[in-house]
Amino acid sequence: MYEIVAREDFSDSTFLLEVKYPLLAKAARPGQFVIVMSNADGERIPLTIADFSPERGTVTLVIQAVGKTTMEMQRRCIVGSALYAMVGPMGKPSEISKMGKVACVGGGLGVAPVYPQARAFKQNGAYVIGIVGFRSRDLIFWQRKFEDVCDELIICTDDGSAGIKGLVTDGIAMAVDKHPDIDEVIAIGPPVMMKFCAEATRARDIKTTVSLNPIMVDGTGMCGGCRVSVGGEMRFCCVDGPDFDGHQVDFDELMRRLTRFREDERAALERWQRNPGCRLEQEPTASE
Amino acid sequence: MAKKTIRNIPQERTAMPVQEPKARVRNFSEVALGYSLAEALNEAERCIMCPQEPCVKGCPVEIDIPGFIQKICDQNFRGAYDVITDTNLLPAICGRVCPQESQCEQVCIVGDHLEPVAVGRLERFVGDMAVAEGWSNEPDIEPNGRRVAIVGAGPAGIACAADMAKAGCEVVIYEALHRPGGVLSYGIPEFRLPNEIVDDEFGKVIELGVKVECNTLVGRLFTIEQLREKMGFDAVFIGTGAGYPTFMGIPGESLNGVLSANEFLTRCNLMQAGEFPYKDTPLHMGRKVAVIGSGNTAMDAMRVSLRLEAEEVHCLYRRSRAESPARAEEVDHAEEEGVIFHWLTAPVEILDDGNNNVRALRCIRMELGEPDDSGRRRPVAIEGSEYEFEADMVIYAIGTNANPIIGQTSNLELNKWGYIEANEQQRTSIAGVFAGGDIVTGAATVILAMGAGRRAARSMKAYLGILDPVEMAVSDPERPRIFGIDARQRNYRRVRVAA
Ligand SMILES: Cc1cc2nc3c(=O)[nH]c(=O)nc-3n(C[C@H](O)[C@H](O)[C@H](O)COP(=O)(O)OP(=O)(O)OC[C@H]3O[C@@H](n4cnc5c(N)ncnc54)[C@H](O)[C@@H]3O)c2cc1C
Ligand SMILES: Cc1cc2nc3c(=O)[nH]c(=O)nc-3n(C[C@H](O)[C@H](O)[C@H](O)COP(=O)(O)OP(=O)(O)OC[C@H]3O[C@@H](n4cnc5c(N)ncnc54)[C@H](O)[C@@H]3O)c2cc1C
Ligand code: SF4
Ligand code: FES
Repeated sequence: MYEIVAREDFSDSTFLLEVKYPLLAKAARPGQFVIVMSNADGERIPLTIADFSPERGTVTLVIQAVGKTTMEMQRRCIVGSALYAMVGPMGKPSEISKMGKVACVGGGLGVAPVYPQARAFKQNGAYVIGIVGFRSRDLIFWQRKFEDVCDELIICTDDGSAGIKGLVTDGIAMAVDKHPDIDEVIAIGPPVMMKFCAEATRARDIKTTVSLNPIMVDGTGMCGGCRVSVGGEMRFCCVDGPDFDGHQVDFDELMRRLTRFREDERAALERWQRNPGCRLEQEPTASE
Repeated sequence: MAKKTIRNIPQERTAMPVQEPKARVRNFSEVALGYSLAEALNEAERCIMCPQEPCVKGCPVEIDIPGFIQKICDQNFRGAYDVITDTNLLPAICGRVCPQESQCEQVCIVGDHLEPVAVGRLERFVGDMAVAEGWSNEPDIEPNGRRVAIVGAGPAGIACAADMAKAGCEVVIYEALHRPGGVLSYGIPEFRLPNEIVDDEFGKVIELGVKVECNTLVGRLFTIEQLREKMGFDAVFIGTGAGYPTFMGIPGESLNGVLSANEFLTRCNLMQAGEFPYKDTPLHMGRKVAVIGSGNTAMDAMRVSLRLEAEEVHCLYRRSRAESPARAEEVDHAEEEGVIFHWLTAPVEILDDGNNNVRALRCIRMELGEPDDSGRRRPVAIEGSEYEFEADMVIYAIGTNANPIIGQTSNLELNKWGYIEANEQQRTSIAGVFAGGDIVTGAATVILAMGAGRRAARSMKAYLGILDPVEMAVSDPERPRIFGIDARQRNYRRVRVAA
């Protein structure tokens, strides 16, 4: 179960895993995510379904190695190995409206997750403008894939080494100047990026959908760890989202809540980096 | 033997040996250690075998209580196990977690004059012996070709699965988490219900041929309708529980350090955050913990906090001790272990330390006014009694709602709170789909969930037109009965097999 059938490394921190799970590949819809455990003692971490192929019976995850779990996965998840657990598809599928003109914006770990939405809009007959942001030219991935499903693709790099120099919000500004008739913006990425995307569209009152990424445990609505404030109301991201109206989301609260375990995460990472190989040797002999 | 009367039985209820409070708050081993053989025999003698048997009516699944106690007196423990498992599949679990003081023990005749017979402790004694001896009652199952899907591996789902497997159906349980057990696995902590016991009693169900598919989110991976229409299941049972935690909506709830008891307990029990960083899931334990609410969940959260070395653990409850919904024994245990109770106290705001962490709670004192609909006296705030109370972790244990995913993804009829509508036979609005346990009733108890699962199995059998297998093989010639066969459905013949 949950066998890794392909892997691709986009940079020294971003990698792609293609996992065999035919039933899930058939059920997945754009905007949904899975929860993964890489081993029996591991944490349950949510990852967006970046692509799915019912034909191949696989789902694709694109992961940024940012901490203990994701770095350990980067090291261990080789083709032929298997994840300990993968459950999903979780969350409500994105609403893919019919026709019209949409901008699909992805930055950082949001570039891959926005792809299935762009593809779905395209299939629905929309005019799709892709806006994707990277730090520099050599970190760009999936350009071809995006070009295939976008009518226009704006690549933004921090250093200007490819596409336009600037952030995805600059890309949005460009797009809305050229296309004042954009019906919807879909923005996925780090919370701060989504926040500024939502700010960028607020004045023009363009519907802006964001995909939130709070800390989760079960993903079934049972813990409330993933609670977010939307329009002043508490919502559980895993069952009520992950997509919400970006103009209503309290991003500052989300960002604060993402730091809940910062000290512990740092300690776990440092500990692991000192001795990344051996989990077992460090385990207490008599665990109670 | 002389007839037992109130006068000639042991007058004192046999005490349950427990770990000393000082020692036990430092470990996760069980608090109540269980009766020894002598203690069990002594307590069993306290049942006068009264003909009225009110205790049987007091038990939600009507265990033949005097029947199994008599077997203990006869030192026929296997026989006692068989009597219990006629109706209750999980005696080692129920003996530990059922609220006996408001069920069988509340109505026990002996209790009119003395302390009632300790039915729960005796049940646990028998259950533990079965675990230790590896007893199980497995009938020879004749497959009938019917396929049944169970959604949720909590007590309701497990009970329904066992009955359907015994009737000869092919049963698959789908569970969203990576471990079966429902609340028994993720909620109730190790020192009250060891995982080993859950694994063992559930293992007996798996031995019946039930398949458990974990990591399967029904509703999203496939729907209830698909199970029936596309995946070839003749009937479906839904036991997805009521775990959706509620908050109060007071300012400060989004601060770091505020979490639901379910999150806290899930991190600790299911994910073993107490062993961080050896296990990956963090908890970030507080030093001064305030738990809001006073039910079983609150008690569990507080007692886990103590074991994870919180310096102080406080319980804030807006009513008084008398109204506390937790089992009396749990409140006593929590108090012995050092939990500080603040009855008639409610938080009105959670205050931050300037760094998005909890610094304190603003509380208000309450007094009891007129009784409300539930008959309990309604707590009323005392004006001007607000005060600040220092804490760095706040755990909400004020109740839960229906797990929402099945409701979101099927056409099942729900009530206005989101629970699945089911009639007394546990039938839902979709033919062939049954539901029971917390997802129908709202948060209740293990034994009620099991009872609902078994009732659903009975209606499922009627719906499918199947009878229990005609011949059931049982290994104990003493007591040719077997759990899961409804005595009222006299459609089977018992055969004895040589041991
Ligand atoms: C719905 C959703 C979809 C996501 N999709 C992707 C994706 O496609 N690709 C990707 O690389 N990342 C994705 N993430 C984020 C990813 O889950 C975290 O990066 C990962 O959990 C970090 O774990 P770690 O141990 O490696 O790092 P840690 O050092 O533990 O944490 C690094 C940061 O990640 C966040 N984080 C930590 N634990 C969790 C958790 N259990 N749940 C959510 N966030 C957490 C925190 O903000 C933390 O500061 C998604 C998160 C959510 C909620
Ligand atoms: C902390 C705590 C302490 C308690 N203590 C006691 C006690 O001492 N005594 C007592 O009698 N009762 C106690 N209870 C209550 C008791 O545990 C519950 O009433 C009982 O477990 C309900 O059983 P259930 O089968 O209906 O649901 P649950 O036990 O909640 O099981 C439901 C299962 O369904 C799974 N699920 C949910 N949605 C899906 C889906 N879409 N697809 C697949 N699977 C899904 C869940 O993951 C879960 O495993 C306690 C509860 C809590 C939270
Ligand atoms: S009510 Fe008490 S005395 Fe009577 S049978 Fe039950 S346990 Fe025994
Ligand atoms: S992750 Fe637990 S409720 Fe959403």
